[in-house]
Amino acid sequence: MSMSLQDKLAILSDAARYDASCASSGGQRRDSRDGKGLGSTTGAGICHAFTPDGRCVSLLKILMTNFCIYDCAYCVNRVSSNTPRARFSVEEVVTLTIEFYRRNYIEGLFLSSGIIRSPDDTMRDMVRIVRTLREEHDFRGYVHLKTIPGASAELIEEAGRHADRLSVNIELPTEAGLARLAPEKDAGAIRRHMGDIRLRREEAGDRSHRGTPAPRFAPAGQSTQVIVGADGADDATILRQSQRLYGAYGLKRVYYSAFSPIPEPSALLPVKAPPLVREHRLYQADWLMRFYGFEAGEIAEGGDLDLSMDPKLAWALRHRERFPVDVATAPREMLLRVPGFGTRTVERILSARRHRRLRHADLLRMGASLRKAAPFIEAADWHPGALLDSGHLAARLTPAPRQLALF
Amino acid sequence: MPHIALPPTGTAAAWREAARACLSARLPPEAVTWSRGAEAGVLFDEGEAPPPVKAGPIRVPAAFVEMAAQVCWHRDPQRFARLYAFLWRLRLKPALMEDAADPALVALRGMEKAVRRDIHKTHAFVRFREVGERDAPRRRFAAWFEPQHLTLEPSAPFFARRFGDMDWLIATPDLTARFEGGVLRLEEGAPRPELTADDAEELWRTYFRNIFNPARANPARMLAEMPRRYWANLPEAQTIPDLLREAEGRVRAMAEAAPKEAPFYARALAARREEAAAPAPAPAGGLAGLVREIEGCRRCPLWEGATRAVAGEGPVDAALALVGEQPGDGEDLGGRPFVGPAGQLLDGVLREAGIARERTYLTNAVKHFKYTLKGRRRIHQSPSGGEIAACRPWLLAELAELRPKLVVALGATAAAALTGRGEGILKRRGRIEEGPDGLPVLLTVHPSFLLRLPDPVLRETETERFREDLVAARTWLEAQQAA
Repeated sequence: MSMSLQDKLAILSDAARYDASCASSGGQRRDSRDGKGLGSTTGAGICHAFTPDGRCVSLLKILMTNFCIYDCAYCVNRVSSNTPRARFSVEEVVTLTIEFYRRNYIEGLFLSSGIIRSPDDTMRDMVRIVRTLREEHDFRGYVHLKTIPGASAELIEEAGRHADRLSVNIELPTEAGLARLAPEKDAGAIRRHMGDIRLRREEAGDRSHRGTPAPRFAPAGQSTQVIVGADGADDATILRQSQRLYGAYGLKRVYYSAFSPIPEPSALLPVKAPPLVREHRLYQADWLMRFYGFEAGEIAEGGDLDLSMDPKLAWALRHRERFPVDVATAPREMLLRVPGFGTRTVERILSARRHRRLRHADLLRMGASLRKAAPFIEAADWHPGALLDSGHLAARLTPAPRQLALF
Repeated sequence: MPHIALPPTGTAAAWREAARACLSARLPPEAVTWSRGAEAGVLFDEGEAPPPVKAGPIRVPAAFVEMAAQVCWHRDPQRFARLYAFLWRLRLKPALMEDAADPALVALRGMEKAVRRDIHKTHAFVRFREVGERDAPRRRFAAWFEPQHLTLEPSAPFFARRFGDMDWLIATPDLTARFEGGVLRLEEGAPRPELTADDAEELWRTYFRNIFNPARANPARMLAEMPRRYWANLPEAQTIPDLLREAEGRVRAMAEAAPKEAPFYARALAARREEAAAPAPAPAGGLAGLVREIEGCRRCPLWEGATRAVAGEGPVDAALALVGEQPGDGEDLGGRPFVGPAGQLLDGVLREAGIARERTYLTNAVKHFKYTLKGRRRIHQSPSGGEIAACRPWLLAELAELRPKLVVALGATAAAALTGRGEGILKRRGRIEEGPDGLPVLLTVHPSFLLRLPDPVLRETETERFREDLVAARTWLEAQQAA
């Protein structure tokens, strides 16, 4: 009996929900104002809906198939799971993408897949879907394609030509964790694959000696995802890995995915509540590394991040000797380290302080969170005095402990 | 007092024109009133029409023009007056635009932000329904939308760029945007049209239901981004109450589900894989086997930060082996020695020295890339004595397999690995010393040393000396072969 499109979509979107990324940002700008193709990319990305888990729906995020020959303990689609299986045809994925897109439900497609037969077989079928979208339907919307380590160079080349973003998931923070929970995956192969994508992107950015640009390759870059809380790795290990990945492979994003209960759990990984607060703190820490000039080592000095406060505040409380910071004179690097100041606030301070002596009320109007910042700064009419060295400062700045919802 | 009634379309451009006229007439803010359209209750004094534009350019910061173009779409009836009052101050003090603490500017920036957000939400939450034939040459779609501000006009070009190959209509209470045959038109607002759901909508709801993870339910975050006032026009929103109600039960069911036995095909696949897996390959021996062993090296912690180990490369019968320091960024990514900037320099000098790279074995004293991170860049770091020592057995094994006639040590690290001493390279260069197993080792500098020399003249001389060392190696080899 053949399955209806509704049924397949239910299975293959349910199977895709554990991938955190739904971003449609970055890359080249295109449109269809010429009246020929369909779609555009603006560079900024749009969230078209939000599911009740608070996550953005930007792309049609589905698996081509959830049949898989691998046996990764954390994954609902692992070969040893009894989850219902389905597979889309090329036409089905193309129709869903285009019809959803025309109704303004989505920015494009995020296509992933279980591994069928071999990495090459899987990648070839995925590339065929994207090629059909681009070449037969002149689809100019966003495409994020999961690539399979071990797939041949020609397939990766073609994937990068059609897709805006490529990604390969590093899955776990350590090689030992990967060996235990995802025995068929090879951390070395994943790193080599990321290195290969970086090299291809750089080649595509180079112009030949005749000045003609090389064919474009994944203009929105590559990203990855790491599962948090499935193995015993601490936050320092996770952040060091992210810092290495950003440095070595020029990743646009590392996504952190709190290990979440799955139907058909594996005996290796008992079901627990997903560590959502920890995931949130990791995203904050990641942000500090990318936009605030922090190093992985200084954010998670003790191994794990403090769950009760954001990592920037925790750092400031550990390093009170660096404060108070005078908003009238401090350099940008130090303003960025003040808890409660975002990058925008810092830009506004740098611009406004050329025109006036900034006061407490000015900072408030400029968007600073003074509840957090006040103990750490000096302004024209403000000095924290003994507040900064107060033993109760941490307690003042963190919300009262709250009974966590029982799982 | 002049009253300026701005048109309901093209409002932002019209405000700019009018404000420029008022400013050149030096009309103070309290002497003019503003509105969008000829609104009921606003007195229009015919005798005092807006003053004509006077010649002479008026200069205001570009940032203001950009901000004003957004603020005009806000629903606040005072928006035009507030903009003009700020502009009035700005003409004497252009730097006001940078004073992020000025209360009037803060208020305008707040309105600008609200408008931008509303435009963004319009782009995000408009939902089209098909109203024409599916196989028509240009398919036809329509939508009803209720933006918070008067943002259909600034939102519409986005839809024209995105949906260039179809006809569409977006109706709002204030304005209607119509895109037909590639032409975009704005018309008066109309009552809500009757639009019947098409069959894609049920598929969309299926997707929305299934992409939701019940174990992460967080309605507050959803509401922050998708407030209830948008829900009426979002077909997927009607599934939200059920999804939230069922979430807890679904999570409990997952927690209570005991691990089950794997399905039959998992066992069949596992059996097939075991069968297919050939008996562990016998150690391949030779250079190829060595390369495989090096790839799995864990003798020092450098492997953790590297993409891969980079083993040597070249023919087994090479008479000449070149030993460098360690792979760099490019070698680490590409997996081959000497492909980065230093490698390219080396290639050139080898050619000039009459040495064929493809007849030479190239390798490094240390096989993993050692670096520190500077922001997003990996900066090369020299390996320590311990790391050189940990890696030395691989180098010795490579040389033992090759038995080259001559080894060239490029730089101090290679010299340390091959002769036990890394100091004084500049004094020792050009000499042949005794290496492991009595192998003759010619010492010279590393090509990256040349790349780091800032003075072009010095670099030229040093490159020349480097070339001479390589020529010496070639001559020595030729003499050996002749003998």
